[in-house]
Amino acid sequence: MSSVVHIRDLWMSFPGKESGQQIHVLEHIDLEVTPGEFVCIVGPSGCGKSTLLNIIGGFLTQTRGEALVEGQPVHGPDPRRIFVFQENGVFPWLTVRENIGFGLLAKPEEEREKTVAHYTEMVGLNGFENAYPRELSGGMRQRVEIARALAANPDIIYMDEPFGALDFITRLKMRADLVRIWQAEKKTILFVTHDIEEAVQLADRVIIMSRRPATIQKVVPVNLPRPRDLDSAGYLQTRDEIFQSMGMSVRIGF
Amino acid sequence: MSTVVAEPSPPPAQQDDPAAPPARRKDPHAWLKLALPLLVAVVFLFAWDTAVRISASEVFPRPLEVAKGIRELIQKGLLVRYIVASLFRVTWGFGLAVLVGVPFGLFLGWFSRAYQAFNPMIQIFRPISPIAWIPVAILWFGITDIAPIFLIFLASVFPITVSATAAVMNMQQVYLRAAQNFGLRGLPLFRRVILPAALPQIITGIRIALGVAWLVVVAAEMIAVNSGLGYLIIDARNAGKRYDLVVAGMVMIGLIGLVLDLLVRRLENFDEVRWGYANK
Repeated sequence: MSSVVHIRDLWMSFPGKESGQQIHVLEHIDLEVTPGEFVCIVGPSGCGKSTLLNIIGGFLTQTRGEALVEGQPVHGPDPRRIFVFQENGVFPWLTVRENIGFGLLAKPEEEREKTVAHYTEMVGLNGFENAYPRELSGGMRQRVEIARALAANPDIIYMDEPFGALDFITRLKMRADLVRIWQAEKKTILFVTHDIEEAVQLADRVIIMSRRPATIQKVVPVNLPRPRDLDSAGYLQTRDEIFQSMGMSVRIGF
Repeated sequence: MSTVVAEPSPPPAQQDDPAAPPARRKDPHAWLKLALPLLVAVVFLFAWDTAVRISASEVFPRPLEVAKGIRELIQKGLLVRYIVASLFRVTWGFGLAVLVGVPFGLFLGWFSRAYQAFNPMIQIFRPISPIAWIPVAILWFGITDIAPIFLIFLASVFPITVSATAAVMNMQQVYLRAAQNFGLRGLPLFRRVILPAALPQIITGIRIALGVAWLVVVAAEMIAVNSGLGYLIIDARNAGKRYDLVVAGMVMIGLIGLVLDLLVRRLENFDEVRWGYANK
C-alpha cells in the first residue's frame, strides 16, 4: 500500500535569541504512514515532536526536506486532515451541536443534522447537544473536538497530546474510546504524546524521537490484539523496550 | 408494562468527571445583599443632613430639600425634558463611536501594518481630554446638538477602538488555527471566528466607553448647549444659586449612570459571550 504521509529528509530550525543563531529542532526525519494506520510519536518533552506534527498539519513550514501528504506537498492546513489540539480548540461561543457541525456548513441541513447526531452519539455526548463548552468537563470538551474532527470526514486526524490535560481515569477511558472510534471509522491517525504507556495502548507503530535536535531513534511495531490487555506479557515487553531505548530503566524509573 | 426492563445505561459522558454545574447553594444571608447598601445610603444621607445642619449653611441643601427640588423639576416638566435631551446626545455620539470604533479596532487588530501605522496617532489623540475639545467643538458646530455629540463621540471612540484591537490581538491562536483547518478564510473566517472570539472584550470596552460618554455629556452641556442635565446644573447655579436644584441634577446623573451600566452589563450574560468573563 502506498503511504499517505511521506516525510523525506526533513529538517527544521528556528531563529534563536541572538541574531544568526539557529536552534535545530528536527534533523533528517524520514517517516512513512500507511492509510488507516494508527501511529504514535513519542519523545522527551520539548524534543520537537509537536513541531513535526505541526509541519505535517500545515501550520509550520520546514527548513529543508519534503513533507508529502496524499502525494502532495503540504501548503497550509487542509479540511481533509483535521488537527486536534492539545489546548482544546473547541469554540466556546458555540454549543456542542454547533461545534460538532462546524465543518459541515456547506452541507444540506438534513445531512448535517444526521452527521452531527451520529458523532455526538459516538463520543457519548447525547443530552449535551445544547450545552456550551464552559459547562463541560475537560474530558467532554476533548470529546467535542474529536467529534468535530470526525464529522468533517477527514482522511487523516492529527492529534497533539489531546489527553495531556486530563486526569488519569478520564485519560484511560478516552484512549479506549479513541481506539473503538478508530476501528469504526478507519481513519489514519498521527498521535503525538510524551506518555509511553499511552502510545503502546493505542498505536500500530510507535516512533521514538531523540532529544533535540531530534532524529527518529527507533520505530517499534506493536503487534498486539485490541482491546489491549495492560497486564499481558506482550504489552509489558513492548513498553519496556521503548523505555529502554529512551535511556530509562523501568525498575529505577530513569 | 410493569415488567422490569433493563435499565438504560447512563450516557458515557457521565462517567468521566461529570460537568455538574456548581451547585447553587442558597445563601442564608441573601437579604444582606439588599440591606447593606441601603444601610450605607441611610448613613450617608444622615451624615449629609447633620453636616449641613451643624454648619448652618444657607446655600447648601439638605437631602429633603433636594427631594423637593426633584419634585419641582418634575412638576415643571423640566426633568424629563433634560434627561431626554442628554440621553439623545449620548445615544448619537456613543452609537456613532460604536459604529466606527468596533470595525476600525478589529481592522487594526487583524492587520499589523495598519496597527503600526495608526497606533502612534491614536495614542496621541487618546489622552486629550474631551473637555479640551469643547472650544474647538463650539467653533466648528456652534451652540447646537452636534457639538456635544461630537465630544461624546471623541470620548468613547478611543476606548472602543482600543478594546477591539486588543481583543483580536490577544485572541487564542488555537481558535484561528482550528478555523483555518476547516478551510475558513476571508469574511466567513471573520464572521464565524474572529468576531465572536473578540466579542467579550469588545463589550467590556463598550461598557467603559458608555461610562465615559455619560461623564462627558454633562461637561459638554454645561458649556455648549441650553438643555440637558449638565445645563440644568450650571443654570440652577447661575440663576439664583438654586443649589437644591444643582444637587438634584447631580443625583439624577448618578442614578441614570447606574441604570446605563446595569443595561450594558446585561450584554455580558448572553451565552455567546459568557465564556469570556471569569466566574460567570
